[in-house]
Amino acid sequence: MTDWLGPQEWIAVALSLKVSLWATVLSLPLAVLTAWALARKRFPGRQLLNALVHLPLILPPVVTGYLLLLSFGRRAPLGRFLEDTFGLVFAFRWTGAALAAAIMAFPLMVRAIRLAFEAVDPKLEQAASTLGASRPWVFATVTLPLIAPGIIAGAVLGFAKAMGEFGATITFVANIPGQTQTLPSAVYAFLQVPGGENSALRLVLVSVTIAITALLLSELIASRVAKRIRGS
Amino acid sequence: MRLSVALSHRFDGLDLDIRFEAPAGVTALFGPSGCGKTTVVQAVAGLLRTDSHHIQVGERVLSDSATRTWLPPHKRRVGYVFQQDRLFPHLNVRQNLGYGRWFARNRATSDFDQITGLLGIDALLNRRVAGLSGGEKQRISIGRALLAAPSILLMDEPLAALDEARKSEILPYLERLRDETNIPILYVSHAMSEVARLATTVVALNAGKVVRAGPAEEVLSDPASAQALGLRQAGSILTGRLVAQHDDGLSELAVSAGTLYLPRIHAAPGARVRVRIEAQDVMLSRTRPEGLSALNILPATVRAVHAGGGPGVIVQLSAGDDLILARITKRSAAALDIRPGASCYGIVKSVSVAQSNIGAPRRPAGA
Repeated sequence: MTDWLGPQEWIAVALSLKVSLWATVLSLPLAVLTAWALARKRFPGRQLLNALVHLPLILPPVVTGYLLLLSFGRRAPLGRFLEDTFGLVFAFRWTGAALAAAIMAFPLMVRAIRLAFEAVDPKLEQAASTLGASRPWVFATVTLPLIAPGIIAGAVLGFAKAMGEFGATITFVANIPGQTQTLPSAVYAFLQVPGGENSALRLVLVSVTIAITALLLSELIASRVAKRIRGS
Repeated sequence: MRLSVALSHRFDGLDLDIRFEAPAGVTALFGPSGCGKTTVVQAVAGLLRTDSHHIQVGERVLSDSATRTWLPPHKRRVGYVFQQDRLFPHLNVRQNLGYGRWFARNRATSDFDQITGLLGIDALLNRRVAGLSGGEKQRISIGRALLAAPSILLMDEPLAALDEARKSEILPYLERLRDETNIPILYVSHAMSEVARLATTVVALNAGKVVRAGPAEEVLSDPASAQALGLRQAGSILTGRLVAQHDDGLSELAVSAGTLYLPRIHAAPGARVRVRIEAQDVMLSRTRPEGLSALNILPATVRAVHAGGGPGVIVQLSAGDDLILARITKRSAAALDIRPGASCYGIVKSVSVAQSNIGAPRRPAGA
């Protein structure tokens, strides 16, 4: 595969995988927490949180990217704070691409997981509590196993979204080969130069393959888990 | 061990004010739907907080609004058997049974094999939940609750979701449970036949109040409480000893007042049997009837006559050491001059006693 893909193309694919993986893995716990709060809790500001979570889905990605730049740029207060305290720089780094991908994927993950939460019968959780399980135990031994298919679906959806993220990424971290040039950015870049169509086409093929593999894999895992949960 | 409950709560359209004590054995919370039965059970389990509450099992206070005591459900050690089985679909039978047991691992828990044997589920342990019948699932959920080492067992209409065949499959297990464990069982039901068969204590509820409470035989054979329990369901409980099985399909039962012939009872001669005789199945005669098809004619004395608003009266008879209820019309009562002290005969058709009204009496503790 390394022979078939040129070095710049290969680097873009590898970077995209890295960025998407980090984006998915790091935002998944937060997505579960948010989905749980939205599905189960009634608190002031719940609608506001709901709107905030869904905002990246509706805003033009360029706008999201620019907002990220305004908040996490090296001269922005938050960006400077993160750099000074944790040495964490987002602007024009692959970490920034991961952040942008995570934020764009977040609403999709939350939606899938929230649906799973709402499908869990609270009566089962009540039964668990009468059997001696405290709330964290009920969550770990009843709720979590029952929402597992939703979490898997959310993670795959989020991963696919992260792989395809373009607008926010290019606005926030630009299109630097080897640094922030993800697969979609590379396709875009190749299409801008004469004779780049072949490279672009190869990347498109890779992109399609990854997407289909991810979907099939998630379907397989989810149906296994669902079968186990239904108990058949 | 004894459960004491005192609750009051104001719902829309229902003022709940309930106090009772449940000793060891089965205490039936009986009453029409909407009278507050489930509220009581949920309050005991800690799933619902009433305006004022004091709930105590033995010396252990589960909740007390006066001292702001409130144990969360998982610390109450209350075994709860729900109307629907509520088994965990992602766990198999053994894992479901082990769930509560694991949280109770620091306490003395019942023997796993003994409980699965008692409930007849030892052959199902490695099965998944989805493939089981309703009766099997409910027995497993009873086992799951028992294995959590509860200090009290709550059963909220555990048979209501099952058909008659499944009910009669589970009832003998519940009788064994009543006799072989020392845990107080709070049993919610609106089915008189279940109550009559299982209960040692009856707490009759209506519109959020306790109408009558006491030993089952006493409450059920009291004509005054028949009104509150529902006239159609009124009936008394007789305990007798199986004498013989006859070839024509009848079983002969010795009760204190004489002999009862009933449809085949599946027990060995010598076994003690508990039978519910419904008041509407009992006829009265002032003289010993001759040439009558009914096989069971018990000499009795009228103890009380209770007239309600309708055309009927409930007559309480004392026959031997037992009390029998009969439901007859006011007209017949007047024509026969049925009054306290009058001697008469209670007549019961054998075939009117349904199988579901025949069970085993509670064995005295230690027997």
